[in-house]
Amino acid sequence: MTLSPFLRRLGLWGITALVMVVLPLLLRQGFALSMLSQMGIAVIFALSYNMLLGQTGMLSFGHAVYYGLGAYFSAHALNAIGAGKLGIPVTLLPLVGGVAGLSFGIVFGYVTTKRSGTPFAMISLGIAEMVAACALMFPGFFGGEGGIATNRQVGSAWLGITYGPQIQVYYLIAGWCLLSMIAMFALTHTPLGRMANAVRDNAERVRFVGYNPTRIRFMMLCLSTFFAGVAGGLGAINYELVTAENVGTVVSGNVLVMAFIGGVGHFFGPIIGAVLVSFLQSALSSYTQAWLLYFGLFFMVMVLFAPGGMASLIMIHAPVVRAKRMGTLALPYLVSGLLALVMLAGLVGLVEMIYFLETGAEVGKPLKLFGLALMPSTTGPWVGAMAVMLGGAAAFAWSLRLVRDAWARVHAYLQVQEGL
Amino acid sequence: MEFFVVQLLNSLSYGLLLFMLSSGLTLIFSMMGVLNFAHASFYMLGAYFAYQISRYVGFWPALAIAPLLVGALGAMTERFGLRTVHKYGHVAELLFTFGLFYLIEEVVHLVWGRAPVDYRIPQALDFAAFTIFSTSYPAYRVFMMGVSVAMLLGLFLLLTRTRIGTIIQASLTHPHMVEALGHDVPRIFMLVFGGGAALAGVAGVIGGNAFVTEPGMASAVGSIVFVVVVFGGMGSLAGAFVASLFFGAIQTYTVAMDYSLLDLAARLGMGIAADSPVRGLLSVSVAQTAPVLPYLLMVLMLIVRPTGLMGTRET
Amino acid sequence: MPRIPVLFRCGAVLFAALCCGAAQAADPIVLGFVDGLSGSFANVGEAGLRHLQIAVEDVNARGGVLGGRKFEVLSFDTKSSAQEAQLVFKQAVDRGVRYIFQGNGSNVALALSEAVAKNNARDPGQAVLFMNFAAVDPALTNERCNFWHFRLDADSDMKMQAVTNYIARQPGVRKIYLINQDYSFGQSVARTARAMLLAKRPDIQVVGDDLHPMGKVKDFAPYVAKIKASGADTVITGNWGNDINLLVKAGRDAGLAVDYYTYYAGGFGAVSVLGEAGVNHTKQVTIWHPNIGGRGAAEHFQAYRKRFPEGREDLYYAAIRHGVELLAAAIERARSTEPLAVARALEGLRIDQDAGELYVRADNHQVIQPIFLSTLVKANGKDVRFDAEKTGFGFRTDARVEGRDTLLPTACKMQRP
Repeated sequence: MTLSPFLRRLGLWGITALVMVVLPLLLRQGFALSMLSQMGIAVIFALSYNMLLGQTGMLSFGHAVYYGLGAYFSAHALNAIGAGKLGIPVTLLPLVGGVAGLSFGIVFGYVTTKRSGTPFAMISLGIAEMVAACALMFPGFFGGEGGIATNRQVGSAWLGITYGPQIQVYYLIAGWCLLSMIAMFALTHTPLGRMANAVRDNAERVRFVGYNPTRIRFMMLCLSTFFAGVAGGLGAINYELVTAENVGTVVSGNVLVMAFIGGVGHFFGPIIGAVLVSFLQSALSSYTQAWLLYFGLFFMVMVLFAPGGMASLIMIHAPVVRAKRMGTLALPYLVSGLLALVMLAGLVGLVEMIYFLETGAEVGKPLKLFGLALMPSTTGPWVGAMAVMLGGAAAFAWSLRLVRDAWARVHAYLQVQEGL
Repeated sequence: MEFFVVQLLNSLSYGLLLFMLSSGLTLIFSMMGVLNFAHASFYMLGAYFAYQISRYVGFWPALAIAPLLVGALGAMTERFGLRTVHKYGHVAELLFTFGLFYLIEEVVHLVWGRAPVDYRIPQALDFAAFTIFSTSYPAYRVFMMGVSVAMLLGLFLLLTRTRIGTIIQASLTHPHMVEALGHDVPRIFMLVFGGGAALAGVAGVIGGNAFVTEPGMASAVGSIVFVVVVFGGMGSLAGAFVASLFFGAIQTYTVAMDYSLLDLAARLGMGIAADSPVRGLLSVSVAQTAPVLPYLLMVLMLIVRPTGLMGTRET
Repeated sequence: MPRIPVLFRCGAVLFAALCCGAAQAADPIVLGFVDGLSGSFANVGEAGLRHLQIAVEDVNARGGVLGGRKFEVLSFDTKSSAQEAQLVFKQAVDRGVRYIFQGNGSNVALALSEAVAKNNARDPGQAVLFMNFAAVDPALTNERCNFWHFRLDADSDMKMQAVTNYIARQPGVRKIYLINQDYSFGQSVARTARAMLLAKRPDIQVVGDDLHPMGKVKDFAPYVAKIKASGADTVITGNWGNDINLLVKAGRDAGLAVDYYTYYAGGFGAVSVLGEAGVNHTKQVTIWHPNIGGRGAAEHFQAYRKRFPEGREDLYYAAIRHGVELLAAAIERARSTEPLAVARALEGLRIDQDAGELYVRADNHQVIQPIFLSTLVKANGKDVRFDAEKTGFGFRTDARVEGRDTLLPTACKMQRP
């Protein structure tokens, strides 16, 4: 049974839309809903970033500039709507953000895209630092430390939609997220999208065939800043507050991390990255103070061992699944997965005990971990955790051989198949 | 006059400190093409190591031991980290150093806490060296300048008078050619990375107690050092030197300039209404822009001359 | 792009399994500590949490409130970000928190204040009270005030009122230099200082007014040279963190002989770094320090050191204790733990604390209390009994400004539910 690629794609988008609609009905709590909204915004932002890094090969350290400025303009627009000076519905407000992002993209992009490679990266860093410094210096527009507060419940309700309850905001974000995803995906199939890939791979050849790489970079940057601005506009509606941190280097770094962890080589990579990173940052931090350390370690492990990101990890299994050979891999994966968990448990124990001693919020009380009550002031738990970690690491290293062997078998099989 | 002379000394000492950081970075940057985000972290580690060591054996041994430790750490970073990701390309290398920057900061939080540590300048140097008119000039700053200049000379001799120096210089401009001639380029990379880290470590040892040793010190200098290197030009130590002194001077002298565009407009007879939206923008004084200026200059430089001030190639 | 739906579903399962704890039982009264508990300012957040813990333990040891109900503390990490704060605020509400304590960062406080007001308007059944123990932006009790927010510290204008009242009586002060961080707080310190000095001592010259970038200046020597060139005898600064430490250290190196009037020279870790460099001429303006005199201050200070012997800080935020005591008194007065009733009971409430009586101003929810000006000196066992952070240096009171002298007109138009 083969479906045409078009129908298959349509089906995938349909399922995506369905999940987006159903998900909040399963999770009724305020926090979960807020997190889903945050993820939706992050997905648009990360995809827009990948239009630069993944598709055109432009490493930017200042993408938050467009996100943040989009958010600021949207917040001001929302306040103008509230004051009755502007007559656009809140539903279309992200367009204001998009246009603001685009405008700055045209201005800054004209300057930055004259260069590529390292000079481009450094110029983007310079502009990001300048904008971030200005955000604190000019409280008139940026609202100073408190930022620009706004209220999304403005204008008359349309079909009962006031954007008061979070669920309505979620659906607004989901709708824009879906539209943006489709638009950005469609873009990859246009001549511009294809030429962008060519610029990434070999700008000189692009010049030889008669295109101007600078122009292509400029257009891609402008389009990408539009979507970053849309994400910013949605952020303004969602948080009803825009602060200077939105244009800051932390947000710029974060979107780079999202795109990279998800995988810049595939269109859907940044989507995974955005969802995963948002989830980790919110969920881990509510469990442990050491989340920054865990997150940093996770990131380093990804860079060292899976530079293609989550997406490439998934994609290498595609031919295996198609050849129905996952069974060969399942057992080795299970074994080394479990051993990795053992090693991780030891590591977590050590880290948590160090943090416990360092911050010492509850001196003299035991640390509760994995259902155990540990006393970090005694040596026992340290020796135990160390043993678990080292033992786990040794066993894990051994189990990797199983995985490697299984892969070798699968490879051999696939090669034979291809040969036939 | 007093003001001018004091500021000149201040700008020199700051510029030389910048050069200690940027010299290592520019070597790494131009040889390996790696934008090493973690470079300033080595500066921080230098300060913390010196603090820890000087608590046991005093400042002077720490001045020698701490940079060696930092250098060893740097070499290990190259050997076991960067070399692994090298094959995945520059973006992966850069992200590796990016992640390392955060990890080092978090580890420093854990080991030494989040508050500043009490790392003091040694008693022997805690006096006023001389007095210019009425301002006393601390001996420690003179010492800092002395160390910087000595290092500068050492580096210069190493690069021009030794065999390894010649190879390093050649790798700066023609890395592929050097490899083709049969030199062990990965080993040179490791040495240069370790050496660069050690230089940053020295800067940390003498900068940590002159200023404050705290976990944010790496991010405070991190981006300005990049700016210096890029502005000075890839592969050019001389460029980094000139840029360091230049930015030292800029940051020092602009502080004293309280003029703004608003004053200029008034001088030209243009009145700006008090409620005009551009008034806020125009009333910013030159002194206020001091921190933004390096970035602005870097952006302008890259647009006009992507190789930087004295650089010879783009990437 | 085949994997999205699967991934979303995995996410859903993870949520259900991990992040959504069941609501707490209603018996203990849960106080949520919502502040930065990771990242660069985690030490300050952790210290605040310890302050809250010891204050709560004291009330519970007395038998709690309403004949035996105890307080309990839950902590939430804002990562010092305004947006994250809104997210964890929702988490706190989900977990049944009706009283939140926050203080570090006026940006976070403003965001939380708005979030609390919106939450309470949209869902009155889950109303929340916000006790702000350290965010000093005057806007919180002026233009952007709201009924659910209570400020326990004095705001920056009130502190400046105290500083300028004191300076007005010092004939030696002739030339003042203002140096502040270039953001809304620093700018407002500079503005207010100028205006108040002009009104109280028109003969004082403001010989310099610098705004420098926040946390970016490595070397303050150029600024010190400028201050020196201006001939100033007094410096007023709202700088905090390294910006105050570096400024004072650079001043000492260059032999600059001025008095520093600061907001945060006694903040966490500051005295450890300043040490000798700041002695005798660094002043701070606070609502409390251990040497204000009286039994309460000494006992609380010692109790804190005893309770947290391994802590790296001393008792600093008296406002947190005041907040807990005020809440306990208001709950007794209202005979209820409903935030709305408690908020009403808090208005105008008076209690006795270390420095004497304090009360909650009804028209803008600002706590009115004495403010102290103090100088960093060597601890001497007499009027400077306690040192800060075991450095041998402590603060000695120069002046006590009574609460009534810090009353300022407010722009707050309180909307009462």
